[in-house]
Amino acid sequence: MILNAKIPDGALPEKWTRYRSTVRLVSPANKRKLEVIVVGTGLAGASAAASLAELGYKVKAFCFQDSPRRAHSIAAQGGINAAKNYQNDGDSVYRLFYDTIKGGDYRAREANVYRLAEVSASIIDQCVAQGVPFARDYGGLLDNRSFGGTQVSRTFYARGQTGQQLLLGAYSALNRQVARKQVQMFARHEMVDVVVIDGKARGIIARDLVTGKLERHGAHAVVLASGGYGNVFYLSTNAMGSNVTAAWKAHKRGAFFGNPCFTQIHPTCLPQSGEYQSKLTLMSESLRNDGRVWVPLRQEDAQAIREGKRTAAQLKEEERDYFLERKYPAFGNLVPRDVASRAAKEACDDGRGVNPTGLAVFLDFRDAIQRLGKDVISARYGNLFEMYEKITGDNPYEVPMKIYPAVHYTMGGLWVDYDLMTTVPGLYAIGEANFSDHGANRLGASALMQGLADGYFVLPYTIGNYLADEIHTPSIPTEHEAFAAAEARALELYQKFLSIKGSQSPERLHRNLGKIMWEYCGMARSEEGLKKALGLISDLKSSFWSDLQVGGSVNEFNPELDKAMRVADFIELGELMIRDALDRKESCGGHFRTESQTPEGEALRDDQNGNYVAAWAYQGDSVAPELHKEPLNFEIVKPTQRSYK
Amino acid sequence: MLRSSLGRKLMMSLTGLFLILFLVVHLVGNLQLLAGDGGMSFNRYSHFMSNSLLIQTVSKLNFTFILLHVLYSIWLTRTNAAARPVGYAGKAAQAQSAWNSRNMGILGTLVLVFLIVHLKGFWYQLKFESPAYTTLPLPGGGSEVVVNAYEVVRVAYSEAWYVGVYLLGLLAVSIHLHHGFRSAFQTLGLGYSSYSQTIRSVGVAFAWIVPALFALIPVMMYFGLSF
Amino acid sequence: MKEKDTIALTLKVWRQNGPSDKGKFETYTLNQVPVNASFLEMMDLLNEQLVGQGKSPVAFDHDCREGICGSCSMYINGRAHGTQSGTTTCQLHMRHFHDGETITIEPWRAAPFPVIRDLVVDRSAFDTIMQAGGYVSVNTGNAPDGNAVPIAKTHADEAFNAAACIGCGACVAACKNASAMLFVSAKVSQYALLPQGQPERRERVLKMVSTMDDLGFGACTNTGACEAECPKGIGVTNIARLNREYFGALLGPGD
Repeated sequence: MILNAKIPDGALPEKWTRYRSTVRLVSPANKRKLEVIVVGTGLAGASAAASLAELGYKVKAFCFQDSPRRAHSIAAQGGINAAKNYQNDGDSVYRLFYDTIKGGDYRAREANVYRLAEVSASIIDQCVAQGVPFARDYGGLLDNRSFGGTQVSRTFYARGQTGQQLLLGAYSALNRQVARKQVQMFARHEMVDVVVIDGKARGIIARDLVTGKLERHGAHAVVLASGGYGNVFYLSTNAMGSNVTAAWKAHKRGAFFGNPCFTQIHPTCLPQSGEYQSKLTLMSESLRNDGRVWVPLRQEDAQAIREGKRTAAQLKEEERDYFLERKYPAFGNLVPRDVASRAAKEACDDGRGVNPTGLAVFLDFRDAIQRLGKDVISARYGNLFEMYEKITGDNPYEVPMKIYPAVHYTMGGLWVDYDLMTTVPGLYAIGEANFSDHGANRLGASALMQGLADGYFVLPYTIGNYLADEIHTPSIPTEHEAFAAAEARALELYQKFLSIKGSQSPERLHRNLGKIMWEYCGMARSEEGLKKALGLISDLKSSFWSDLQVGGSVNEFNPELDKAMRVADFIELGELMIRDALDRKESCGGHFRTESQTPEGEALRDDQNGNYVAAWAYQGDSVAPELHKEPLNFEIVKPTQRSYK
Repeated sequence: MLRSSLGRKLMMSLTGLFLILFLVVHLVGNLQLLAGDGGMSFNRYSHFMSNSLLIQTVSKLNFTFILLHVLYSIWLTRTNAAARPVGYAGKAAQAQSAWNSRNMGILGTLVLVFLIVHLKGFWYQLKFESPAYTTLPLPGGGSEVVVNAYEVVRVAYSEAWYVGVYLLGLLAVSIHLHHGFRSAFQTLGLGYSSYSQTIRSVGVAFAWIVPALFALIPVMMYFGLSF
Repeated sequence: MKEKDTIALTLKVWRQNGPSDKGKFETYTLNQVPVNASFLEMMDLLNEQLVGQGKSPVAFDHDCREGICGSCSMYINGRAHGTQSGTTTCQLHMRHFHDGETITIEPWRAAPFPVIRDLVVDRSAFDTIMQAGGYVSVNTGNAPDGNAVPIAKTHADEAFNAAACIGCGACVAACKNASAMLFVSAKVSQYALLPQGQPERRERVLKMVSTMDDLGFGACTNTGACEAECPKGIGVTNIARLNREYFGALLGPGD
């Protein structure tokens, strides 16, 4: 199969405009007859469901949480980028495009990214109109802050709760459509399969998580906005419920999986403190605007700090190593996430970590507090500081924070073309669930931008291109044998989980999976390690299918059973990620192959051989997946070795 | 509009504020009991009150408001109880609020009982039972015969237990007002952050001072004191 | 800070099989709870122990575990989200409990929040209230430039303070009347303070309040328990504003 990204002709800046002017339309009378399923109600899903409903489509929206407002977009802290140039600091659509391509280490599609940068400004306007309370300056105009990987201030924010406010905006738009009966909302429902009829996505099977009942839902198109798969690492900044099941089932029904190994490790998270830990908490990247990252210059001092014999405050200026400022003077503490994370790992590998596990570096606000005063710092980061103190018991106004990188975002996801359609016709993937815009590394404050761009401004146009052909298709009957087969398949899986009656909880198996992934497919990956991991995953898979323990029954509220399905899919995904990581021998962005680095230890790209999107096709449970490559053509930006020095 | 939750709260607030206002007027009149003139000022005041059409109308309104205040509180309490059919084993959350704010119903009932005792003792007796009479000198010379309200009060307040009942009743009024005053303004939507502190302070002062002055009357009369 | 790294606990947990089950407290003992664990991680440990004993784990809502999604909803020792102020259950840490302590854990209690199982309650009533008017009617693509209308910083900040609500329901749970007025007032306030909220200001407050009443929430008696228990510090001044908005909408000049 030859992958066709369907990128429109024309010069880069004109592609989207031309596309919008020439794309096929669906008349209002026909829209009323067309049904669309949206799975997931985060920024991408809620905005898409609301916008499609506004256009007149009949929408069914699904989320596994008890309310669409709880989707994990809510937890995004720092902000959302937009090329508004309100700060008059030289920003432009081109610069945002360029920064995103460069930040992604030249592994994203130019046309998609340019479109993203183009629509970014409209997102801000839309959200303001919805009543999103963005931060404002004293003149009443919108305020901006700067973020990692850029030299302009283009990030809009709502204190440290930008994701929350944007999601509540999208949620309000969704609610308006629910009230108008244009959207039927299914909360506490999990999608467990995509139904494909005659090669087209025609509906889903969903489990009502309260009753356990499997339900059939038909539609003319299915949109997956089900988020990322960072929880494959068990410990991540994702919500406990975030899972890959919807995307993975779609993959198994024919949707290619793009760049699965591209995961983002966020540099500013709270270090792990024990085995019982269920998740890692992110501290917004915006903290790096004023906080300085350092470790002791000497290992002896680090050891003394680890043992509690010395404190950070006792170390004099010349005894500290502000390693980001030292190594990357141009960007300093604001280097992109992958670079910052790796530098922290190196410092800790060098024996200079500062907490009892040796896996933490300082993020110090002492100088910022001296320079700006405690009030200013409190206004900027007050809620983050409180959160830190709640979790750790330390007061960051007095002692430096301790941070360590943690899995945060997955750039990889379902492969989509310019229309955001997967390789299954009528099946779309938007937001973090697709692979499209961030290449091998995502810049801060760009996830919110992409989710909302896809949902508000891209999908509502591109989906018409497909649905224009569906206006004669009547409502999809769920009595079709494909629905029956998919439902039976799901039921069989659930019954299988219950019948194993082994000794390991889904949670424990998940934790073990996470350890393998973090150790061998985390911040640094090597051929040897990845090969070893393949074996370990295979063992884990066997123990899952022979030693899983789940109680209760299918037809009831049974979170353990839900979890079993998610873990089964995570294990299979983990295997694919390792294969992808093995196959991509270069280092790029968040993917660091130890075999491919510069003499200074920076990631070394191989543009000769690595300039492609890996799109994996599922071939069957016991057959190795097939790799398809979509070559990346850089017409405007010339890939160079990234430098933030 | 008076059926919605907010409408019913508004009724509580407005009737409550009227009763607060009434307390002030009532207090000013009653303090004349302590004038030390053998009840002359008080009897003149009492005579005026019972013969003024305006005051009699206001008095009817007052009774109506008391009734409305009670009926709406019962209605609200029933709705509120229905909103939580199963209670908690642990109660500490509610301890995050003031005791009186959570027990306005109990306090209100105590106040109501006190009110009935009070009305039975004075208002009813003066109005429907054969009262004693006295003469008041008129400003222009001469005199008129009026009901000797002062004597009724004096007799009542010479009983220690009766004074005790009053003190307890007024204590309930005070505690009720500590929440009620502020709460009435909050319900009216006047709890702006800029002056909610002022309302709160005035409310606390009111809830202490007004019942205290009321309490001064039986105590001083019991001991035969006056200004 | 660390006298002891782990503590032992006695847990009195509400167990209820379904909405129609009567439900009762079960008592469990849990040893070796790390003081640095969060309350939900303690619950994970309890569930691991229960599953190991062949018992069914305690069902509870949770998701982000960083205090923002509003899923977690436990009534701990008589307090919504436990004894620490400004904290959700997921951010409550075991260092605030002492060795040998008995902890009572209940679900939110309110008629409009029926129990689904154990500590899980159905809070869709909140969504219903939002659907009644918790939005600005603006279709995608219609928006003027974000800086077209300046908004005074004080108004923007105050609107943000109200908008910080996470919809967890602690206000309802803590209120002696199971009133949802803090929740409703937060959304009404946010829009009342912003120019974008003005066109539907009147209709919004009327619809949201009447939906709230229809769903069976109690009426506010100004005790202030909601404010004290709100993990996001949303103040009762919002309720005063809700009242003003409501009476203004009723009494002010109509359409």
